[in-house]
Amino acid sequence: MRVRQYPIGPVVAAMLLIASLSCAYGEGSEADFKAAYAAADSAEKEAGVLRNQWTTTESTLAAAKKAAEAGNFDQAVALSKEAEALAKASIFQATSEKDAWKALEIR
Amino acid sequence: MRARLLTRLASAVLVLAVCCGVAPQASAADTPDPIADAKAFRDYFTKKFPKVKLEDFVNGPYSMNEDMYRQWEEKEQFPPYEFALEAGKEMFAKPFKNGKTYADCFANGGIGVRQTYPIFDEKEGKVITLELALNRCRQANGEAPYSYVKDEMASLTAYMAFTSRGKPMDIKIPNDPRALDAFQEGKRYFYTRRGQLNFSCATCHVQSPGERIRAEVLAPALGIMNAMPIYRSEWSGMGTTSRRFTSCNSQIRGVPLEPQSDEYRNLEYYLSYVSNGLPISGPGARP
Repeated sequence: MRVRQYPIGPVVAAMLLIASLSCAYGEGSEADFKAAYAAADSAEKEAGVLRNQWTTTESTLAAAKKAAEAGNFDQAVALSKEAEALAKASIFQATSEKDAWKALEIR
Repeated sequence: MRARLLTRLASAVLVLAVCCGVAPQASAADTPDPIADAKAFRDYFTKKFPKVKLEDFVNGPYSMNEDMYRQWEEKEQFPPYEFALEAGKEMFAKPFKNGKTYADCFANGGIGVRQTYPIFDEKEGKVITLELALNRCRQANGEAPYSYVKDEMASLTAYMAFTSRGKPMDIKIPNDPRALDAFQEGKRYFYTRRGQLNFSCATCHVQSPGERIRAEVLAPALGIMNAMPIYRSEWSGMGTTSRRFTSCNSQIRGVPLEPQSDEYRNLEYYLSYVSNGLPISGPGARP
């Protein structure tokens, strides 16, 4: 019985390439963290000017910093991005509520 | 000629219609009218809870439920705020290092005046709450201010509230556009959604009083300031108005503002004014 031989060299090479690419994509560097954190921090400051910060943004920012201090930049970048999204949502809330509050008013 | 006259007439009618119809409606909604607001506020709650006596709204969640009301009546036999009341009475009478007392800072020696706070100070152009007035009194007499959210302030305000028990809330809005602005800003804060949970003060205390939020029964906004300060079982202690506002903000996942910030002062002004006429019941006890 003859077993058909498949060339596995190119498959292994492709798998290694994908693995290396995904590692490179997933792993945040310190620079990536600093950029992501600065963006989140800036959005949170804007929410502060609008007097509408969320506790969850603050705690997510703190968690991002802690992850970065522990050298886990992958997680630190992800948390910074989450904090930025939360801060932007609070800005949207403050902006839309400038007029929307009147709909709740007892008249 | 006739056609031109008709066109002019039609235009004039249109302008009048716009002026008398749409435009004034839009501006009326934005023009503060505290008397109308207070009436609408009261009507809303009395229609929503026709069985609750008007003066009972000051008892918060206890006014919403017969069983809870009975619990409250029994609780009032040995009220949990009694220690704070005694402490506040002593603190109030104890002279500062310069020999003066709190009585020197308030009308009528500070006795039976709680129902007039917050006041609008026309010199400063801002709302002055009782907590703020007490700390200003301390500072004017060389004493360090108390924390707005901790026990000493709660004890002092508990004693002052007790001396006003039964007196109708009597908040004045002077004929000063800044006072009207403060009222309007307080109203805006009350109805504005905030925090990650997207709640306004009104979400709980206008739309849902009497409903449960987890284990708590929500209090109606009408008369809510009349019971301050309060002993809360949840806190295992006393809490000031400042503590109530900041903890409400935290509970909806909003970062609280600084105690006695302009926003909170205006909010207290608005909420107190719309409860004018209802008796002071503070200090209160809450679950």
